[in-house]
Amino acid sequence: MSAGLAERLPRLLSLVPYLLAHPGVSIAVAAADFGIGEKQLRRDLELLWMCGLPGYGPGDLVDLSFTGDTVTVTEDAGMRRPLRLTTAEGTALLVALRTLGDLPGMVDTDAVRRATAKIERAVGGDAGGGVAVDVSPQEQATTAAVREALESRRALRIRYYTAGRDDVTHRTVDPMRLLLVEGRGYLEAWCRRARAVRLFRLDRVDDAAVLPEPAAAPPDAQPTDVSAGVFRARPDHRTAVLLLEPWARWVAEYYPVDEVVELPSSRSADPDAGDDSGRARVLLRYADPDWLVRLVLGLGGGARVLEPSDLAAEVARRAEEALAATVPAGPGEGGA
Amino acid sequence: MPLETGRNSGFDTTDGYRIARQDYELGEVDLEPDEAAAVALASRLWDTPGLAGAAHGAVLKLRAAGVEVDEAGAGPVQPRVRAAEPAFGPLLAAVQTGRVVSFPHRRGGPTGEVTERTVEPWGVVSARGRWYLVGHDRDRDDVRSFRLSRIAGPVTAVSPAGTVSVPPGVDLLAVIDGAVGPPPVIGTAHLWVAAGRAHGLRRLGRMLRPLRRADREGDELEIELRSLGTVARWIAGYGPDVTVLHPPELAYAVRRGWAAVAAAHASSPDLEADPVDDRIRV
Repeated sequence: MSAGLAERLPRLLSLVPYLLAHPGVSIAVAAADFGIGEKQLRRDLELLWMCGLPGYGPGDLVDLSFTGDTVTVTEDAGMRRPLRLTTAEGTALLVALRTLGDLPGMVDTDAVRRATAKIERAVGGDAGGGVAVDVSPQEQATTAAVREALESRRALRIRYYTAGRDDVTHRTVDPMRLLLVEGRGYLEAWCRRARAVRLFRLDRVDDAAVLPEPAAAPPDAQPTDVSAGVFRARPDHRTAVLLLEPWARWVAEYYPVDEVVELPSSRSADPDAGDDSGRARVLLRYADPDWLVRLVLGLGGGARVLEPSDLAAEVARRAEEALAATVPAGPGEGGA
Repeated sequence: MPLETGRNSGFDTTDGYRIARQDYELGEVDLEPDEAAAVALASRLWDTPGLAGAAHGAVLKLRAAGVEVDEAGAGPVQPRVRAAEPAFGPLLAAVQTGRVVSFPHRRGGPTGEVTERTVEPWGVVSARGRWYLVGHDRDRDDVRSFRLSRIAGPVTAVSPAGTVSVPPGVDLLAVIDGAVGPPPVIGTAHLWVAAGRAHGLRRLGRMLRPLRRADREGDELEIELRSLGTVARWIAGYGPDVTVLHPPELAYAVRRGWAAVAAAHASSPDLEADPVDDRIRV
């Protein structure tokens, strides 16, 4: 079966029941509902007109009546019901519904559960098994406030933790969308402080209050394109070169890296390099030098900053300073 | 598409094909408006062509059954899930047909060693935005999870359909959670944090009281202690702005981390060995 026919046949089989359910529907609306052009729909209808059950007597053939730009089925030839969902269709829809059912605060989970039960019953069997999507627990209280602000179109006052600068700020924002991308919830809003559209991670919104004033995002505020993920390289990003030990290679999966170069294991005496795989040199993008220093300080030697050299020196300075400040002499350290 | 063959009457001279509709018709569906809105939202969940196309196909049939599903009207709430890994489709097909699969898998992330694994697939699971295969690893004879992004080549079905039997009641998400979820809480730790610093730690814990330490203003903070390594990593990033007060083994782990960082970044090679070891032996 050609790709075109594979797509067309299910559509043809759905058309008659669709037209029965929507008598007098306009060609334009029907085409839009099926996601095809009007020309293609007219070709489909012409083909349908000649279809039916063998016997080919009156009542055995599909008959359609066109009035202006609308179409109505006058004989359905027994094609009253659409076909059952395929395994792929049932899986895609039911897994999506079950995922939504785990998003309290973000969606009306009661309606989602009722819809899921009805679709399961109509589809029959246990479609959608074998796939599960676990969305990390959303911050329910703040998520509910965000959703309320969106629905009532009002501004929001948030307390937000910015990981890059390790800073907590209070901002008034005009909510635009509530997004779930790559397993995390985000509020997209016009930030009046930054005078720009920002994505706020919901798990970093520590407090959210709906304000009485209406939301007033500028009309030209552009929604963020998240089709390729949330992280986007910006011109003001800088690049560091890190050398990762084998046990710290996860850094290259977790943070935005541009290039990964495998290096042969050289120091055979190094107990951490005793593994059969080598170190990696990676190019890591960052916006804030303090963030990178914190990351490397926390990796216990798993990452070494090769470039820029002033950052490497800053990492060394902070580590030495921390060691000096915690020399095991002070009270309360239990001799550690 | 299910077909049957047969003749309609004695006048027919050849067999014809027809679709055995009665066995394959969609059951009755009657959705309330809020339920239809939920289905519309669900149909927009997938950010990957294959799944998005399948969801759209499902909506077409529901619409043909008279359910009004408004696919286009993107509201302000937009959950999106992507399954872009090439292994997703073949693995899902293997799960749904019960076939054993074999694939090359990279250990420990980029540049890790690649080994061929043979797995009885139980399910494909997304957790924290990442996809995993959960199943019985035949080589290790144990339950394992594999990150799809670490599958480094084609997935091959190596058994007939119906070979795999998934243990009844298996909780796929729990398998993933055990493998990649946060470790359980094993106690509490007390920290000193410098005034106005280490906000990332402050949000995780509970402020107990203001505390001066070594002539610096600050606060005493209580945080949940999970695995020593994980918490030590969170803490160590803040350098001199934080000190572990309790327990001693956490203080030791954090200091050891700093010593290793200092050694890795020491400009002079003779600093690398001895002074660091002295500090660790406290």
